[in-house]
Amino acid sequence: MGIVIKNGRFIDPASNTDDKLDIVIEKNRIKDIGNNLHPSSGDEVIDVKGSLVLPGLIDMHVHFREPGREDVETIIGGSQIAAKSGFTSVCTMPNTSPVIDNQALVRFVIMEAEKGPINVFPTANITKGGKGEEISEMGELVKGGAVAFTDDGKPVMNSLVMRRALEYSRMFNVPVLSHAEDKLLSDDGLMNEGINSVRLGLRGIPREAEEVMIARDIILARLAHGRLHICHVSSSGSVELVRRGKSDGISVTCETAPHYFALNDNAIEEYLSMAKMNPPLRTEFDRKEIIRGLKDGAIDVIATDHAPHALFEKMQEIEYTPFGIIGLETAVPLIITELVRNNNFSYIEAFSKVTCNPSDIVNLGRGRLKHGEMADITIINPEEKILIDDKFLKSKCKNTPFIGQTLYGKVEYTICNGEVVYANNQVR
Amino acid sequence: MNSLNKKDLLDIKSLSPDEIMLICKTATYFKDVFTRDVKTVPVLRGKTVCTLFYEPSTRTRLSFELAAKMLSANTVNVPVTTSSVVKGESLIDTVRTLEAMKADYIVMRHEASLAPHFLSQNINASVINGGDGYHAHPTQALLDTYSIIEARGSVEGLHIGIIGDIKHSRVARSDAIAFKKLGAKVTLCGPSTLLPDEFKQYDVDITYNLDELLPKLDVINMLRIQRERQRGSLFPSIREYNRLYSLTDERFKRCKPDILVMHPGPMNRGIELDDAVADSPNSIINEQVTNGVAVRMAIFYLLAGGTPFSDGEGN
Repeated sequence: MGIVIKNGRFIDPASNTDDKLDIVIEKNRIKDIGNNLHPSSGDEVIDVKGSLVLPGLIDMHVHFREPGREDVETIIGGSQIAAKSGFTSVCTMPNTSPVIDNQALVRFVIMEAEKGPINVFPTANITKGGKGEEISEMGELVKGGAVAFTDDGKPVMNSLVMRRALEYSRMFNVPVLSHAEDKLLSDDGLMNEGINSVRLGLRGIPREAEEVMIARDIILARLAHGRLHICHVSSSGSVELVRRGKSDGISVTCETAPHYFALNDNAIEEYLSMAKMNPPLRTEFDRKEIIRGLKDGAIDVIATDHAPHALFEKMQEIEYTPFGIIGLETAVPLIITELVRNNNFSYIEAFSKVTCNPSDIVNLGRGRLKHGEMADITIINPEEKILIDDKFLKSKCKNTPFIGQTLYGKVEYTICNGEVVYANNQVR
Repeated sequence: MNSLNKKDLLDIKSLSPDEIMLICKTATYFKDVFTRDVKTVPVLRGKTVCTLFYEPSTRTRLSFELAAKMLSANTVNVPVTTSSVVKGESLIDTVRTLEAMKADYIVMRHEASLAPHFLSQNINASVINGGDGYHAHPTQALLDTYSIIEARGSVEGLHIGIIGDIKHSRVARSDAIAFKKLGAKVTLCGPSTLLPDEFKQYDVDITYNLDELLPKLDVINMLRIQRERQRGSLFPSIREYNRLYSLTDERFKRCKPDILVMHPGPMNRGIELDDAVADSPNSIINEQVTNGVAVRMAIFYLLAGGTPFSDGEGN
């Protein structure tokens, strides 16, 4: 009783394949890939009529707010939104309340996620309590299922603690994900420092607050021989630092978020708090350099930094509102529209950033369409236009500046571990 | 040009030079109205004006209130420190409450930049910005413009210096934009930590040296050092600031003899400028306050759809 996916445009970034191939799924794995595969009796046939057949998408940076802010989002609710958005795996950030800094809490996240439609891989805190002072029990956390360490939301300001974290995490072969920000330099800023911040009278966050920390972390990764991954890179200088770190042979990877290649800081005046995130939207030059970094491989991953916030929190004076926007539901449309259509990325180039690349960084063993692999598959019609509006957005929180935009790329099916978890606009 | 044809007055940027001049011309008429014995005219009869000041203010709030009263509006001040705001009510809910009580005009001052813009996107009443964060103070810029025109006939061609904490000043931003729109040459001057290069976007000159600038100026606008807005160590001490940027008696002697001295108030005498300068005949600081009322009357009048007075009507 398998599933046969027919008439698709098969795209597997890991093997650089873009071809007309069918897939047969049996149990929860990919049983066969080939031309004109025929269903056995009892198989479900999905005729995708030329749509893209991709490895299930992976978002290695989401905030599902549970435990602590279940009013905003939950692990199950977030997983459903992920399934609807084409994601079969996500990594949850540990800056919940309480923070995920012990094994019991890692297990809680995993147990809760088992009731949801997709794979949830928790990350855990680098430091106890996320306080940046002492490293957490990394061995215990990995044993509990944590796939990476991060104090995301905050940097580890203390360089010695960061060194120890990079050294100690090596034993478990898991990366340290750095929220790179010198808090003293960012000085409670609200938006990118520059022409627009001066014009709008909003306190600026200089790009250097991010870049100084990335430079430090790359230097520390060289010292500690650790595996460093930089979260949500937003500035041209940051891309250049990572590019150089890589060419120096240091183990450093990085991600950016769709909003950094889709928007610049002109958006603040119009969208106010809906365009407020940390790091902030930068300039048009930075936006273009982010796209260049994605193209030349300096940037490995696109992760959404999906950050739901209640409407009442965002409907305030911009100064008082929390940082962050939701990202899951707009990710595929923005990748297709901005990268593939507007910047001539091949599907392989664009989707490597949300499949094999993140899988390899956090060791998920997923993100590939290959015989014998777990059957995580996403099917997308890249030609279908969608209007981002209240009807399209199913997230409890709709804090996004993309409302009102018409974009390309409709997720048609999401198959996770061999089961169709999203089809016909319904999460199963 | 018939009237402003706007719901809100949020910033100077969104006013054309013609609109700025229209407001100034209309203010001339209202200055005449309110400096005579019977001060009220029925322009806003039956309308309600709410002043909502999230930051302390004496002159701006009073000036708006007087302007509204002289136009026969019902005026209410929402005392922020004793209202539901202290119970944690959000700005949007506070203002929706005022709207539910049929407020027609909300005059707001707020410490957070863009708060009035946020409000105007979400409510129907007219929003008049009485100053938001570091961002904009359009009515101050209009009254400054009016005051210069009143004293000098025109802004065009004058060299106007704005001195002090530029970075944290909504007055500097709005003044610079207004003066440039009307053809002045504008130089901003202050310590480098309080004067980011990005101010050049306003097509102004920037200098850190007051002594070199002073003899060239036709108008000098001394900003208040906003001690409440200082974050971290932006300059070493008030003493050093005073030495470098205060308009002292001694410096005043090196100014053009007919220089206009302005200050948006409230003054820190002895810090930004010496007593003798503040009280000299060159100072139009008190006249600015008087003009503030006239300009705000003009703004209410024009936002209410009032049409320009023909020349001579104001005489």
